[in-house]
Amino acid sequence: MKLADRVLNKDVRAVARLITLVENGDPEALPALKALYPHTGRAYILGVTGAPGAGKSTLVDKLTSAFRSRGQTVGIIAVDPTSPFTGGAILGDRIRMQRHYLDKGVFIRSMATRGHLGGLAVATNDVVHILDAYGMDIILIETVGVGQDEVEIVKTAHTCLVITVPGMGDDIQAIKAGILEIGDIFVVNKADREGADKTVKELEIMLGFNTYPQKSWKPPIYKTIAVKDEGISALVEGIDAHLSYLKDSGELKKRKLNQTEREFLEILQHNLMQQAMAKIGDREALTRLLSKIVNREADPYSLVEEMVKTWFA
Amino acid sequence: MAEEKQKKIRVLIAKPGLDGHDRGAKIIARALRDAGMEVIYTGLHQTPEQVVATALQEDVDAIGLSILSGAHNYLFPRVLELMKEKGLEDVMLFGGGIIPDEDIVKLKAMGVKEIFTPGTSTEEVIQFLRENIKK
Ligand SMILES: Nc1nc2c(ncn2[C@@H]2O[C@H](COP(=O)(O)OP(=O)(O)OP(=O)(O)O)[C@@H](O)[C@H]2O)c(=O)[nH]1
Ligand SMILES: [Mg+2]
Repeated sequence: MKLADRVLNKDVRAVARLITLVENGDPEALPALKALYPHTGRAYILGVTGAPGAGKSTLVDKLTSAFRSRGQTVGIIAVDPTSPFTGGAILGDRIRMQRHYLDKGVFIRSMATRGHLGGLAVATNDVVHILDAYGMDIILIETVGVGQDEVEIVKTAHTCLVITVPGMGDDIQAIKAGILEIGDIFVVNKADREGADKTVKELEIMLGFNTYPQKSWKPPIYKTIAVKDEGISALVEGIDAHLSYLKDSGELKKRKLNQTEREFLEILQHNLMQQAMAKIGDREALTRLLSKIVNREADPYSLVEEMVKTWFA
Repeated sequence: MAEEKQKKIRVLIAKPGLDGHDRGAKIIARALRDAGMEVIYTGLHQTPEQVVATALQEDVDAIGLSILSGAHNYLFPRVLELMKEKGLEDVMLFGGGIIPDEDIVKLKAMGVKEIFTPGTSTEEVIQFLRENIKK
């Protein structure tokens, strides 16, 4: 049986294998991705982002329990950073999710960024499609612990949770760039610690200044103690409310269109690039071209212009 | 340039059983990361069922069990059995811990690829994985 059919038949091994293929950029994944695409578009995609150690994995674990208790199936993509020095990674988010390991309605996959910037792994979008086609109702994506610019999650998620913790004072300042704009819902986790209310206030003030792109949705702030399962049901209500808002306002359609546009352009770019490199030839052919430029026998602008013109002629 | 195909060795390091510290497992996890591998680390007190379910979803090339509790004669065969059940025969199982020589012989005969006893250098483990995982 083909890989895609096995995925649709709920074969866990096939899902895992296909994810590996897309992660490795293996062209063998392509026929399966094509075959699965018509079966996607059903899942609700929830991004969970925030500072390192804020409690993202613990929250993902609790949210998963909440969704499961309503009978929804859950796919989890947990991204951790690849070491830029060694290329290796320790993927440890799963530690907090042990009680879901044997649940057939939960599929957890750990991914390393493999040098990709932005807080996600390169193949995250494709993995979302695979889990969507596999039949997961909700897909939770835990990004790497982020600083400022790792906001790529908006390219994929329908709803974005931003997790902070009390007493971060300066850190709140540190996360404000970029991160504040992408949050649909804010969580002050570790509310058992001192200063949670102060952090909520600070966030409120910052969000007050911030012009959220959709005027009709004011991002709410929830306090949670994830380790004690406190505040989770209120948070789940907030998530549900955001999904209703997305649907009723037409914002969901808009987000899907934007995300599809980005994805389409990325695939187009990747494809064009591959074709271009194939036209140029091997490494040596490229080096010959480059040497011409280095020796000032040609300029890169005209060279590229002419090459592209002949390819498309 | 077009992106290169990237293949990485993925290894699950688990610490099944009831004994309470995972120093050895953490050391090996870090060493494998520093050798460029992707290490799925799941912490303490895993049951064999949990270990194999994780290996299945994470599509790992190898499973490494750290066992100090003396339950190796139960845990290794049980994990092997579950691996077979789930169709993970092409995944390599190895381990580390204080395990008597005669048990090591028996476990290797059953299908455990290698068992490292205390004093093994992390370099040996890395080299063993590189040699035995076809990528
Ligand atoms: N006191 C307290 N500790 C918490 C709470 N939630 C999580 N923790 C602890 O915070 C630590 C980090 O939690 P994780 O869930 O791993 O955090 P994370 O954001 O996923 O971490 P990274 O993935 O490494 O960025 C763990 O030791 C948790 O037990 C909470 O509500 N209160
Ligand atoms: Mg985490």
